[in-house]
Amino acid sequence: MERIDFQQLKAGEVNLGTSIMAVQFSNGVVIGADSRTTTGSYIANRVTDKLTHVHDRVYCCRSGSAADTQAVADIVHYNLQLYSQSAGSPPTVHTAASLFQKICYENKDGLSAGIIVAGWDKEIGPSVYNIPLGGGLFRQPWAIGGSGSTYVYGYCDATYQEGWGRDETVNFVKNTLSLAMSRDGSSGGVIRMCVITEAGVERLFIPGNELPKFWQGTEVLSALKSKALDPQVVPMAVE
Amino acid sequence: MTSIGTGYDLSASTYSPDGRIFQVEYANKAVENSGTAIGLKVKDGVVLAVEKLVHSKLLVPGANRRIQTVDRHIGLATAGLPADGRTVANRARDEAANHRDTYRSPPPLKTIADRLGHFVQMYTLYSSVRPFGISTILGAVDKDGPALYVIEPSGVFYGYHGAAVGKGRQLAKTELEKLKLSELTAREAVMEAARIIYLVHEDAKEKEFELEMSWIGPESNGHHVAVPKDLFDAAEASAREALVSGLE
Repeated sequence: MERIDFQQLKAGEVNLGTSIMAVQFSNGVVIGADSRTTTGSYIANRVTDKLTHVHDRVYCCRSGSAADTQAVADIVHYNLQLYSQSAGSPPTVHTAASLFQKICYENKDGLSAGIIVAGWDKEIGPSVYNIPLGGGLFRQPWAIGGSGSTYVYGYCDATYQEGWGRDETVNFVKNTLSLAMSRDGSSGGVIRMCVITEAGVERLFIPGNELPKFWQGTEVLSALKSKALDPQVVPMAVE
Repeated sequence: MTSIGTGYDLSASTYSPDGRIFQVEYANKAVENSGTAIGLKVKDGVVLAVEKLVHSKLLVPGANRRIQTVDRHIGLATAGLPADGRTVANRARDEAANHRDTYRSPPPLKTIADRLGHFVQMYTLYSSVRPFGISTILGAVDKDGPALYVIEPSGVFYGYHGAAVGKGRQLAKTELEKLKLSELTAREAVMEAARIIYLVHEDAKEKEFELEMSWIGPESNGHHVAVPKDLFDAAEASAREALVSGLE
């Protein structure tokens, strides 16, 4: 069977070369994303909102093709409305994630979508589901995604701890995204975050000039150069 | 009109002048002629029991089952035309499988009852079809605990603590009302169910019958299965005993 290389975007297609993340904590989840949308090397939108509402307490983080992931999120949003009306109660995060997974798996040849679904429900409380490119479904305590995530797996593995509260989790997401955005050329801009608990959804915004700063680097070569010149060259004395 | 009667009862798509649909009422008659089926929703589970009238001594025991399994955790008992019961059970299985496929989770009983109710109602709208001649008792233990529904030939469905359909439903309902259903265990409910079926059969004593019982509870691991043989035999024995002592 001939397969279309779905990793390859069409000419001019808008890409969410992205850093996205979701982490569960004791009584909620924190989700976050950078804000860069690109067409090739051009930044089509530098204040994108990649945190998409699909139900009252369920959101998704979108990565991959902007068009594909918007369309999938719209379909799931529709189905969850239908579900909550006929069931008479809000859907679980698992239900929402299953709908995403079904669409992503059944259309794996045509879609370019890596989605993280996260939220809170009455049955199991906070939860995070990762749906990577092939359309698998994985429940995880934390998940990162998008091109920028590859740079920060080590940081997350070394930093994440169970039993965090809200503020520690928000800081973890903020720091991870900032690190990813500083290394990944297709990520950047501002950080958008949501804290989803039983009580509601709180939106957080970190402007580009207030991102957490880490090691910035120093120019090593120029330092060496000046050191090489350090011994004072004294002109030869001439009579 | 060449036939006798008013003609308002010839089609399910015709109302009588006072707003009734006679075909649906006739379907209810088909239910009333059937052996009794009961359902008990108790503290930790659901028990279904059926008085299956055996019309021939030549029949193999266990033939023409009237309790069927819809999903791992959902059982269904019917009173009325047995063939209609199988059609509705098959539709219920399709609905359950569809739900599992879409949402990757076991369907809540309310969802299945809702879908089946719609299905049954569709057969009250057209002149080309006949309404189902059955009342369906649906039982399950789902994410919200034990649940029990009855779907009537008109397509309406109600949730119950205890339900009875078929010939002996009146007496069965009176007996069910005497029980403290929300305090009973599934095991205790099996004993009561057997007793009630034997009791209501008294009126139709001339006919042979076979008791059919299934349950969903902690001892069946939340699955809809036939009541285990030892418990079934004990329940049947004590039902017979209660009947004899009750008659004295």
